[in-house]
Amino acid sequence: MTLIRIAKASWDGGLEKARKAYELIGPVPEKDSHKYAVLAEGQLPDMGFKNTKLSPKWVVFPQSEAMFTYTLDGTKENHHILQEVPAAPGARAVIGIRPYDAKAIQLTKMNFDNKDYKDPFWLRNYERCTFVGLAINAPSATDFSTSCGTGPFAEEGLDVLLVDAGEVYIAKVLTEKGKKFLDAAGFGEDAGADAAKTVEDLKAKAEAAITSKVSYNKIQGKTIMDLYDAPFWKDVLFGCINCGTCTYACPTCWCFDIQDEVKGTDGVRVRNWDSCMTALFTHHASGHNPREHEWERTRQRFMHKLKYFLDKYDAGLMCVGCGRCVEQCPANIDIRTVCNTMNAFEPGK
Amino acid sequence: MRNPNPYEPYPVRIDDITVETEDKSLKTFKFVFLNPEHEEMFAYKSGQFAELSIPGQGEIPIGIASSPTEKGFVKFTVFKTGKVTSYLHSMQVGDIMGLRGPLGNWYPWEILEGKNILIIGGGFAFTTLRSSIKMMLDNREKFGKIDVVYGARSPGMLLYMDDLREWEAQGKINMHITVDRTDDPNWKYHQGFVPAITEKVAPPADDDTYAIVCGPPVMIKFTQPVLDKLGYKHDHIIMSLENRMKCGIGMCGRCNIGKELVCKDGPVFTLDQLNQMPKEY
Repeated sequence: MTLIRIAKASWDGGLEKARKAYELIGPVPEKDSHKYAVLAEGQLPDMGFKNTKLSPKWVVFPQSEAMFTYTLDGTKENHHILQEVPAAPGARAVIGIRPYDAKAIQLTKMNFDNKDYKDPFWLRNYERCTFVGLAINAPSATDFSTSCGTGPFAEEGLDVLLVDAGEVYIAKVLTEKGKKFLDAAGFGEDAGADAAKTVEDLKAKAEAAITSKVSYNKIQGKTIMDLYDAPFWKDVLFGCINCGTCTYACPTCWCFDIQDEVKGTDGVRVRNWDSCMTALFTHHASGHNPREHEWERTRQRFMHKLKYFLDKYDAGLMCVGCGRCVEQCPANIDIRTVCNTMNAFEPGK
Repeated sequence: MRNPNPYEPYPVRIDDITVETEDKSLKTFKFVFLNPEHEEMFAYKSGQFAELSIPGQGEIPIGIASSPTEKGFVKFTVFKTGKVTSYLHSMQVGDIMGLRGPLGNWYPWEILEGKNILIIGGGFAFTTLRSSIKMMLDNREKFGKIDVVYGARSPGMLLYMDDLREWEAQGKINMHITVDRTDDPNWKYHQGFVPAITEKVAPPADDDTYAIVCGPPVMIKFTQPVLDKLGYKHDHIIMSLENRMKCGIGMCGRCNIGKELVCKDGPVFTLDQLNQMPKEY
């Protein structure tokens, strides 16, 4: 594993160099928080951020993405025939993505890139990205990532992991893509003999700071129907107002809608983030709704993340423990409580 | 080979439109592919569905009513109910739109070959059953005894009357057509609900007899006890579900029932499978 030393004094200049070959995306201040945004000319990422309200999942899965265009003008060639929107050109580097958000992209990849179908829109967004992660030295109280198969220094899904070591970043080069980015930025100085230990110490300290945990070791041993019919749902979820904040804030929520939008005779078919919290999500044209009640929709969300996904992929939870939903839920519903309740539940008792 | 972009519909032209029912709420659309090689790429099996894709309106998942043995076109019967279906009902022969699929699984023909088949259909859920019957008739030697129980509210609400008459006249399958009630003195078929007729005419249950059931929830609800009484095992009862859908390829996440996605893992499930799944359909 190559470790590179990046003096913070040379960071800005390196990013400016990398900008010649990459569109840069990174954390920038927004009101009382941060968001990931495309960095404008001269704009630099604010690497001192805590957590962002929204994850950077939009980089691969935009909130709204044009899929096809068409004309409804019958006098024009190929009218009413959909034309695929061309892929945006060029490479992108996502600077400062957190390890749990990179893990989340790997989890959603299981949905968008499977043996039966490849989602061409998701994949082309993904393939142009280099993920330059930033380890979390001081995890927040709602971070429970270490019990979700990731952690503050986890490397899965990253091309580079940056570790903030005071005056310098120590960069762990994880893939060829990552090396290419560091080369483009002119970062290549060997980090020296002590760097590995520095990283390990910071990692141990960060992991030890995470005291919030979930357990799911007993969930796969129970049937879907045992958990679905469990008596605790209405109690656990009664406060939920189905606002959908959790689904938008969640880095692993991937549900989407497809809509046609027309101006004059020019049409575009777009896909938009959707939310299982809304009644319309499952509402049949007949008027029938298989998830008629609010709590049934909330149960669906937790069952998807904490049971269906486990059973389907056998790859852990569909949750990376980022804590965004815990922080942002207006009704104080806590996925950690739900997960632990599901795990502890003993059917028939 | 199929389209590498599973969201991109094949362009089709409406070749024919048939009004199926007396209340005009159901029309059958016959589509021809603008590019003939797309017909080969659209190779399907009875029980599958497709997204009818109307630029400017949206897409709707509809069961394929034509049989894979019918070449040169694909047919869908559509009930006018929402935004896209209402618009489709206003479209004309010659109009261009799209077809995306085939999607989903199919009735398990690998298992059903050589077996006796009991088809139970109600109302306008008869579309993929029409495809299945036509396909089996064109491969008659591959199946055992075939019984079809099909019911609608009234004679004028039965789909595919020409087919039904032809199948009956051919005598290669046992047709049991019924309507809830009619005052037509010339009505020569059954009167009564599908479950009651099924109880009278269904072949006895055995390991070599499978029931395919497709109809409105109320029909399914009252047919199941009849099949239970006749001794049909739940892994010998095959059903086709529908849920609200968008992508049709298992990605958008809205049609799930438990961990199964109706669009990709279904729409066809055995009752045995459904018994292990939440009733979210």
